[in-house]
Amino acid sequence: MWRYLIPISVFVVLAVFLARGLSLNPSYVPSPLVGKPAPEFELPRLKNPEIIVGTRDLAGNVALLNVWATWCVGCREEHGFLVELAEANDLPIYGLNWKDDRSIAMSWLSSLGDPYVASAFDELGEVAIDWGVYGAPETFLLARDGTVLYKHIAPLTREVWTTEFLPRIIAECGTLPCPSVGSE
Amino acid sequence: MNRRSFIVFVSLLFFGTALAIDPEPPLEDPAIESAYRELINEVRCLVCQNQTIADSNAPLASDLRREIRKMMEEGVSRVEVIDFLVTRYGDFVLYRPPFQPTTWLLWGAPVLLLGIGVIVFARILRVRMKQPLEEQNSLDEMTL
Repeated sequence: MWRYLIPISVFVVLAVFLARGLSLNPSYVPSPLVGKPAPEFELPRLKNPEIIVGTRDLAGNVALLNVWATWCVGCREEHGFLVELAEANDLPIYGLNWKDDRSIAMSWLSSLGDPYVASAFDELGEVAIDWGVYGAPETFLLARDGTVLYKHIAPLTREVWTTEFLPRIIAECGTLPCPSVGSE
Repeated sequence: MNRRSFIVFVSLLFFGTALAIDPEPPLEDPAIESAYRELINEVRCLVCQNQTIADSNAPLASDLRREIRKMMEEGVSRVEVIDFLVTRYGDFVLYRPPFQPTTWLLWGAPVLLLGIGVIVFARILRVRMKQPLEEQNSLDEMTL
């Protein structure tokens, strides 16, 4: 009996481990920031470098912080959907322009549309490191008290929006568009 | 082989050791420099995941090297730098994952498998020792 049972159980255990390994996406690294307060930052704006954008602007709203760059193919892919989201106006979208060229980034926004309330210009990628960014595009969902609710790595699509973002936003706000703290 | 081609040949043998990516000059304090070198060889580059940030020329790796350099120059300790990285990127950023409940199986597996091997080996030995001597001899002769 054992003669057959042992090899079969070894096989089953191995098969389960290997099947799990095959189905995982190795480039997806879950963020330890989820559930924690978002890292504070202050950066010059992309369009108006003399004006600062930072955690203070995000506070009080359920907001998105989208990490993007003109060198990033996935960012171009998701840009149309971000513009659509901005038009729906359910919540403010902020950008973190990561290791980019200011003039190229500005012409990208003027030709493809600008979904962002403001984009922070992170030329050296220092704020990105603070946020644990490792591959654009990445999108953070932030609660009114500044907690990171969710992080999506890869282009944002309507499907991801409906399955991952909307339930969390509705749980946080109750209704759409999300009322900000001040307007309550 | 003349002298020149011999020198070229010998230096090519050591080519691999000259592949360090970090273009920055060494840090002033040799102790901090060696601690820095050691640390960047233990931090994973999350863009090209099978490379350390010392090996990788990805932009993120060079940003991380720059941050770690800056912190170490300011006298931040090794443990604090590791903590800084882990709170932002998670345990995956470390090549040597910490020993904790989620990694017990990972760290324990070699010991576990060795244990299973020893048990199996002992059982086979015991079965063999119980066999009558004549049978063993005839088996040996057969293999010879």
